[in-house]
Amino acid sequence: MTEDALQAKLENIGRLRRDGGSLRDYHAPRWDEPLIMEQSVPGERGIKVSQPEPGIVDEVGDPLSLIPEGSRREGLPDLPELSQYQVMRHYLRLSQETLGMDFGSDISEGTCTMKYSPKMHEEMVRYHKASDVHPWQDEETMQGLLEIVYETGEYLKSISGMDAISLQPGGGSHAVFTNACVMRKYFEEKGELDQRNEVIATIFSHPCDAATPKVAGFKVVTVMPDENGYPDLKAFKAAVSEKTVGCSITNPEDTGIYNPQIDKYVEILHDAGALAFTDQANANGILGIARARDAGFDACHFNLHKTFSSPHGCEGPATGAYLCSEELAPFLPVPVVTKAGDGGYHLDFERPRSIGRVRGFLGTWLGVIRAYAWIRSMGPDGLREVAEISVLNNNYMDRLLMGIRGVSRPYAEGHRRLDQVRYSLQTMKEETGVGCEDVHDRMVDFGIQSFWLSHHPWVVPEPFTPEPCETYSKADLDEWAAVIKKISDEAYSDPDFVKSAPHSSSATRLKRLEALEDPDQWAFTWRAYKRKVLGDTA
Amino acid sequence: MADTSFIHPYIPNSIPATKEAMLRELGMDSVEEIYAEIPERLRFRGRLDIPAPIVAERDLKRHVKGLLDRNTSCEDNLNFLGAGCWQHHVPSVVDEIINRAEFVSAYCGGNYSDLGKYQVRFEFNSQLAELLDLDGVANPIYDWGDVAGRSFRMAKRITGRSRVLVPGTMSPMRLAQARTLCQPEVMPTHIKIELVDYDQDSGRMDLADLRARMSDDVAAVYWENPGYLGFIETEGAQIAQVAHAGGALAIAGVDPITLGVLTPPGSLGADIAVGDVQPLGVHMHAGGGTSGFIAFRDDDPVFAQECPLELYTLLETETPGQYGVAEAMMERTSYGSRDEGKDWVGTASGLWTIAAAVYMSLMGPQGFREVGESCIARSHYAANRLSALPGLKVLFTPAFFKEFVVNFDGTGKTVSQVNKGLLEHSIFGGKDLSAEFPELGESAMYCVTEYHSQADVIRLESALKEVLS
Amino acid sequence: MGLHLAGIQAEGAGRHGVKRLGLIVNPLAGIGGRVGLKGSDGADTVRKALALGAVREAPGRAERALERLARVKDHVEIVTWPGEMGEDEARAAGFEPTVVGSLAGRPNLTGASDVVETTAADTTQAVRDLAASGVEMLLFAGGDGTARDICAALDGGPLPVLGIPAGVKIHSAVYATTPSAAGALAAMFLHEKPAAVRLRESEVMDIDEDAFRDGRVSASLYGYLAVPYERSLLQSAKAGGVAGDASSLNDIASEIVNGMRPGDMYLLGPGTTTRAITEALGLTGTLLGVDAVLDRALVAADAAEHRLLELLDGRPEGASRIVITVIGGQGHIFGRGNQQFSPAVIRAAGRENVIVVATQTKLLSLGGGPLLVDTGDPDLDASFDGYLKVVTALGEMTVYPVASGG
Repeated sequence: MTEDALQAKLENIGRLRRDGGSLRDYHAPRWDEPLIMEQSVPGERGIKVSQPEPGIVDEVGDPLSLIPEGSRREGLPDLPELSQYQVMRHYLRLSQETLGMDFGSDISEGTCTMKYSPKMHEEMVRYHKASDVHPWQDEETMQGLLEIVYETGEYLKSISGMDAISLQPGGGSHAVFTNACVMRKYFEEKGELDQRNEVIATIFSHPCDAATPKVAGFKVVTVMPDENGYPDLKAFKAAVSEKTVGCSITNPEDTGIYNPQIDKYVEILHDAGALAFTDQANANGILGIARARDAGFDACHFNLHKTFSSPHGCEGPATGAYLCSEELAPFLPVPVVTKAGDGGYHLDFERPRSIGRVRGFLGTWLGVIRAYAWIRSMGPDGLREVAEISVLNNNYMDRLLMGIRGVSRPYAEGHRRLDQVRYSLQTMKEETGVGCEDVHDRMVDFGIQSFWLSHHPWVVPEPFTPEPCETYSKADLDEWAAVIKKISDEAYSDPDFVKSAPHSSSATRLKRLEALEDPDQWAFTWRAYKRKVLGDTA
Repeated sequence: MADTSFIHPYIPNSIPATKEAMLRELGMDSVEEIYAEIPERLRFRGRLDIPAPIVAERDLKRHVKGLLDRNTSCEDNLNFLGAGCWQHHVPSVVDEIINRAEFVSAYCGGNYSDLGKYQVRFEFNSQLAELLDLDGVANPIYDWGDVAGRSFRMAKRITGRSRVLVPGTMSPMRLAQARTLCQPEVMPTHIKIELVDYDQDSGRMDLADLRARMSDDVAAVYWENPGYLGFIETEGAQIAQVAHAGGALAIAGVDPITLGVLTPPGSLGADIAVGDVQPLGVHMHAGGGTSGFIAFRDDDPVFAQECPLELYTLLETETPGQYGVAEAMMERTSYGSRDEGKDWVGTASGLWTIAAAVYMSLMGPQGFREVGESCIARSHYAANRLSALPGLKVLFTPAFFKEFVVNFDGTGKTVSQVNKGLLEHSIFGGKDLSAEFPELGESAMYCVTEYHSQADVIRLESALKEVLS
Repeated sequence: MGLHLAGIQAEGAGRHGVKRLGLIVNPLAGIGGRVGLKGSDGADTVRKALALGAVREAPGRAERALERLARVKDHVEIVTWPGEMGEDEARAAGFEPTVVGSLAGRPNLTGASDVVETTAADTTQAVRDLAASGVEMLLFAGGDGTARDICAALDGGPLPVLGIPAGVKIHSAVYATTPSAAGALAAMFLHEKPAAVRLRESEVMDIDEDAFRDGRVSASLYGYLAVPYERSLLQSAKAGGVAGDASSLNDIASEIVNGMRPGDMYLLGPGTTTRAITEALGLTGTLLGVDAVLDRALVAADAAEHRLLELLDGRPEGASRIVITVIGGQGHIFGRGNQQFSPAVIRAAGRENVIVVATQTKLLSLGGGPLLVDTGDPDLDASFDGYLKVVTALGEMTVYPVASGG
């Protein structure tokens, strides 16, 4: 496509719309809804609780008298009092003021893989035989759930090439933490923990790749990228020594750059007697294309709420899958789901070399039910298609974005990105004063979610990171790019309009930002706010 | 040359015409040109060992539901299991709200686009604060065991000490999680967790033993109320005093549904409170409905500064009378960090936080009083009925909230046998404690809440009679 | 991802009031650079340069910065000195500045009436005048020499200062990247988004002019100024709080202090990052000098080379450490501002006992360029070539390339 054709295409997208000439004329719901604590009417009841029958009352008497003196609450908690409809309506209004991915194109939140969470899965998860199961029920009564978890484990093992799995971690970071504990246990058994205490991460990795090893008691050595977007071998070698426990790195990185030397890194680590773990939050573009084990990794993880379709739920619940080699399998958290010769499924708690527990109970298995259904729906060809379309979508949209004034794409010049790209609006910022945070706020005026920028520190200046995964259609990609183009045009002609955004959102702008860091002003709760800000000493 | 296509309802651009059009615009023949970034030696050229797809939704649903139908749920059976995951009534309005597509499908978003979500979070924090009688509440994560461990790490950062005292009756599961976070002994930054003796009759912490163990290397004393074994820990205020007298922090582990009728941790002198949100309107989900919170005193900024979870503050907007919510920026300025960095946060339990906010709003103060009374009345009724059965003995009487320990040594049967028998009556018997607390013999923990009726208890009683005969 | 706060106005700052900005332009800064002379200190050099047809850059760059600032001119009042020391540039950008000071009776440098001789003394007086007028910050256009003069005049006072790059020499770390960026940052700090702007102590370097003209760079660390910088208000929700500069320095200090073994001597070089270490120990060291710490006590402050050699003499191997940080805007860890660490001192401590501390933000500001070592001894310099592990946070190191470079 020529430059002119590209520009014409971007211009024309607006004209295809019903009213022509502009992008979506969106306005967010704006209820101006007070806090529920401000709506309380003393005496109103939202719900009444099942009370003990007369037979029980006769026998035990006043239940409050069964609480020892001194342990009884004086008075009642100062909770809001509203009738049921009022409570429901309040929260429904707030739900309308939340731009879930089901509504607004969320190509925006890159690295989060905002894919469609099929509604069929939700029916399954809300079915009482999934939602009202107690974790300590007799195994015989949970065979369906255990089978789903076990089989999903087998699929994930195949996708990654690994030998063993735990679906206990409560999210991706939790799985990365699990890895730090597994590596720690491995070296504890070898008696090498005195010698080894450094874990290697790259600066583009997720912060949890550095934070969780620290919680496990290790130091972190961060390696910086060269102009290719990943550290060169010499830099990596300089990071590794006899003090190295292992690495905790992502490939492809959040920038979308695939490190073709990744197996050499693993070799360097293995030569130093260390382990290699890869954080696979960015697995969507490589399903069925490349496997962690084939690159030599000893362990890896997946986010079931990213790659495997579990919904994000306003940041949880989430499920992290942790996979590892046969050698590391004994260290997995307990319990592990096993399959017996007779086809029955069991929870194995007898694992003396286990690291113990990371999460309580069994894990967040509702996410596993969804992942199971999704994988069964896709099959091997479907997974491959998911990967191919994500990288195709990403490269297609990249072409559009790189045609927009003010957008640049540092690192890896001449290479293609896989499933996502980290762009820079540094040029736009220098030329117009409009930066990524301004665009982040303006885009919501088009019914598009605010884009993800980058983790700190910002290596790419004025960053933004979209991810057009396989859920999004060509028209969705065109629209997203057209929004960015529109905002770019605005930045170069009327920057103040962008900087004063949003203009059609649920709220007006926040004030008194000093409160964010001032103990005398911050208020994490309404009672604190009343006391500190309103001066209510009651 | 077009690649092979697998058309799927979840993948719009998988249709050949679209794929080709996009490739053409990129000047490519095949997606393989993108994957050229991956060296051949790293390419997987095999076939994933995954079954062929079930493409029709009808068939997929039949298959998945068929698997789930092999489960027996706590709606199918009468359930008396608790031990950290409890069956309480989930109001229909709660499910209505958390099933909203807006909330289910949102993620991190932005301040303006997700204003509703952030307001709910603040309302959750505010309501939980009233239950706890503490001013500072952070964004929950994972579960109670996790936040207990994190609170120990907080205590180490704040006091510079590395020993924590916990009740001998502490939930072994939570203890195991805390041990993972506190690191094994071999690590130089290990936090030592020590169990304090408990009174054999009441289950409560042995204060004499606590005092004996106090020294200037204790960072915190942690207690649970109700205790894991169901009893009401009446010594909370004392425990807090002993901790403070020794320069340690007082950390209370609580079940928030009790706080309409039990003294809240803030009033007992706790510096930090941790617990689980699950009882507040979240289905059990086989243990996946948990969500651990950390709350703290806010009269000293050190707690907020060392809190490892996200904190939100209320602000005003340019519209008079309107509020907004922003994430507070805790730039740590204290030297107290010593040898440990901040913990991490991650995607964990957002939807359950919303459920709990709705639950607390529906229940209000009266609802919490009622549910407290109902749990106490019903569980005591059940304990009375069961202790009348031959061979059964209820331990740690008389003060418990919704769970009580039943000892079966006098029946000659193991808990395992009893529970297998009960299963034939479509009843999930109490949690088998024989492995966790061998000193209690063949004991099980029964959980009876406002969810159970008198008839349910009577049904349990008769079933047990049969099983034990 | 936490909550994004861009486009938010902090009410506190602009409370219907108008903020005052002090403007100082050194009209002769940068002269000589383009016509082959280095630096512009000294009237002779300036005359030569003007005779060779040199064009003065500073006024134009100042104007560009002010044009950006003019977007908020209803909320910012400029206080400045007459003529090309600020008044002309402010008016050209659309401001109506308050003019203090006087250039009356100054001789011209070229015989034409437009280039008046201005000196360092003028800069100094201007700083005093503007500080006295209650300005919130100083914006200056000039080179390292001007920065040094301002630093001297402020004498440790807390007034924030931001440089508009306009001279040949930029070794100090007090400048915005471009004139327009300087204007934008000033606008943000004074009115648009104060919550997004923080201050950090940044080095003011002074280059020996004569040495420079002879082709040698000899820099000393002159002092520090409080310089505004922009930070993102976006929290990384998945990583807890953002480490600001202050807490990063504390973290690094904790890491070093935790590693101090009994009997080890630490030679702490100049810089705010190393100063955080002495502060963490409860000691008072020198910001611009080298301090020696042994068993958590200060054994020497602002030690010169010979004193350092004395201290190191006879110590067991591996029991001495040199702790240095990046000084100046070029990425030097040896050779700019810490020449007390002579080749002899470095060798006495042991090259492997050199610890480099710096925040990751500082490393990232080097734009991928390596850390530079310029001890004056090429073999010693070369021994640093490769990579080293910079202590960048508590329990964290960052591998970074090092090269020998003058």
